[in-house]
Amino acid sequence: MTKLQTLPAVDSDQGRRHPGQGKPRGKSPIRESRGNLTFSRSARVKALIKHAILIATGTVMIYPLLWMVVSSLRPNELIFREPGLWLQSLEMSNYTGGWSALTHPFGHYMVNSAIVVLGSILGNLVSCSMAAYAFARLQFTGKKLFFGIMLLTIMLPFHVVIVPQYILFSQIGWVNTFWPLIVPKLLATDAFFVFLMVQFIRGIPKELDEAARIDGAGHPRIFLRVILPLMVPALATTAIFTFIWTWNDFFSALIYLTDPDMFTVPVALRAFVDSQSATSWGSLFAMSIVSLLPVFLVFLFGQRFLIKGIATTGIK
Amino acid sequence: MSAIGELSTMSRRKGPMSAEEKKANGRDNKAAYIFLLPWLLGLAVITIGPMLMSLYLSFTDYNLLQPPEWVGLDNFFRMFGDARLHNSLRVTFTYVLVGVPLQLAVALLIALVLDKGLRGLPFYRSVFYLPSLLGGSVAVAILWKQIFGTTGLVNQLLAMIGIQGPGWISDPSTSLGSIILLHVWTFGSPMIIFLAGLRQIPNMYYEAAEVDGATTLQKFWRITLPMLSPILFFNLVLQIIGSFQSFTQAFIVSGGNGGPSDSTMFFTLYLYQKGFGQFDMGYASAMAWVLLVIIGAFTAINFVASKYWVFYDD
Repeated sequence: MTKLQTLPAVDSDQGRRHPGQGKPRGKSPIRESRGNLTFSRSARVKALIKHAILIATGTVMIYPLLWMVVSSLRPNELIFREPGLWLQSLEMSNYTGGWSALTHPFGHYMVNSAIVVLGSILGNLVSCSMAAYAFARLQFTGKKLFFGIMLLTIMLPFHVVIVPQYILFSQIGWVNTFWPLIVPKLLATDAFFVFLMVQFIRGIPKELDEAARIDGAGHPRIFLRVILPLMVPALATTAIFTFIWTWNDFFSALIYLTDPDMFTVPVALRAFVDSQSATSWGSLFAMSIVSLLPVFLVFLFGQRFLIKGIATTGIK
Repeated sequence: MSAIGELSTMSRRKGPMSAEEKKANGRDNKAAYIFLLPWLLGLAVITIGPMLMSLYLSFTDYNLLQPPEWVGLDNFFRMFGDARLHNSLRVTFTYVLVGVPLQLAVALLIALVLDKGLRGLPFYRSVFYLPSLLGGSVAVAILWKQIFGTTGLVNQLLAMIGIQGPGWISDPSTSLGSIILLHVWTFGSPMIIFLAGLRQIPNMYYEAAEVDGATTLQKFWRITLPMLSPILFFNLVLQIIGSFQSFTQAFIVSGGNGGPSDSTMFFTLYLYQKGFGQFDMGYASAMAWVLLVIIGAFTAINFVASKYWVFYDD
């Protein structure tokens, strides 16, 4: 298992590293010594085949998304008979129409989603980092047991707790509020992130804590002044994943938010699908794209943290 | 690396506490529990409390309005006679047992092609990873509903080469397949885990094999696959657990009813209908526990089977 635990973050584009070799991307010494013409030609052909496979697969994967973007800018009837990506004119009516097709303008649902997302991010950052500090740095009775339970809860299906959770939240009058979506995050129930942060803190040299302790710092101070500033990358990964997951979260919103005033983007979109006949794909596509835009932007700017996060903890 | 790895090492390491642990024991208790307070509260109120409560409810008849009424094992007996439930299990098992291996195979294949410092790797990686982030969204499910519809993108493309495609999601024999494809489409995140694993295989193994004249295929079966098996195992466990809980895509694509003719009625969808459509909370709780047991059993089988095929280098 040690092999798994020491997996480095793969935020680099380097190939495999060789001990004692400066250039990470270089070929192995043995291969280099064989570097005659025929070899390099066959290597080039190999690379070419690889690129062909990758481009073909990539095209198949991305085409539907591109087509959705293009189709959202087309008149409705073309969506049923134009599989290409060519745009003759820009049709913005899908966007203007879709934006105001539901009870509230679509921006209303985006604001709702933003509130839930920000609350969830804040909750996860505070509660998970506190728990992670305890697990990574403090000795206490029951530590092993609790740590094991924490790991197990990562794998616990949400459906097992949803019914009683719903009963609980409905009894305290929280249905159709954002609390059922935010409060669990304030209580570190996204154990994934606790684990991610524990792993990260374990990598911070203990000498730093010791030095702070000798200077008379207690745990709150060490946590706030030493550990937190050093774990910014883990916090960023947590914030970004929380953003994407919460923004996309459909199931809990479906259960807790039934009043259109409180709809987040996914449930609003679902209401849109249900209310529209099959002829209005254009505006449906337009609002779908609007709903994906924030995730896409986060992906563009936060990719490095996302990939690091998946590679080190294996989260989705 | 992974939560799963950590768990399995924990279960293997049963020795007495180390001297350091003994010395330190109890020293930080107060501080530790203060730091753990939010998590402990969450564990009690959001996780374990509701778990026990749902276990209790699974033995009751409860509709939110009247207090729960104890019915013993009735809910579980009802399941034996519930044909829709049996069907939902079949749908879910098909989805998991076809979708997960297919997705992992594609992920591994692309990771192998991408490995070894190919030019443009970051670009390709982004392209393949993006669907993983979007795949769980309602928006992509809406897109899927269109492209696999009777007049959808797939059939438009097929028409260009003269094929009249079926209504993929309106035909019960292909509807589940369309949703499995959506799952395969999100192969990017296991691919990234595979890539990280491939980086860890020391190059000297391949060099030694080359000196011995090994073919590419031999190198794959004898070096890459065994060395990668812990990662493969990890991906397998995670994806199986996740896929059993899949909900959004089937819900949106089928318009919430798991149709046509229950062909996309996932177990979770049926659970939702029972619990939050008909407010049959007792039955829904019993179903939730069945799901937990199934997922637990699959995970346990995975762990036991892993002894025979997962290779640890240490």
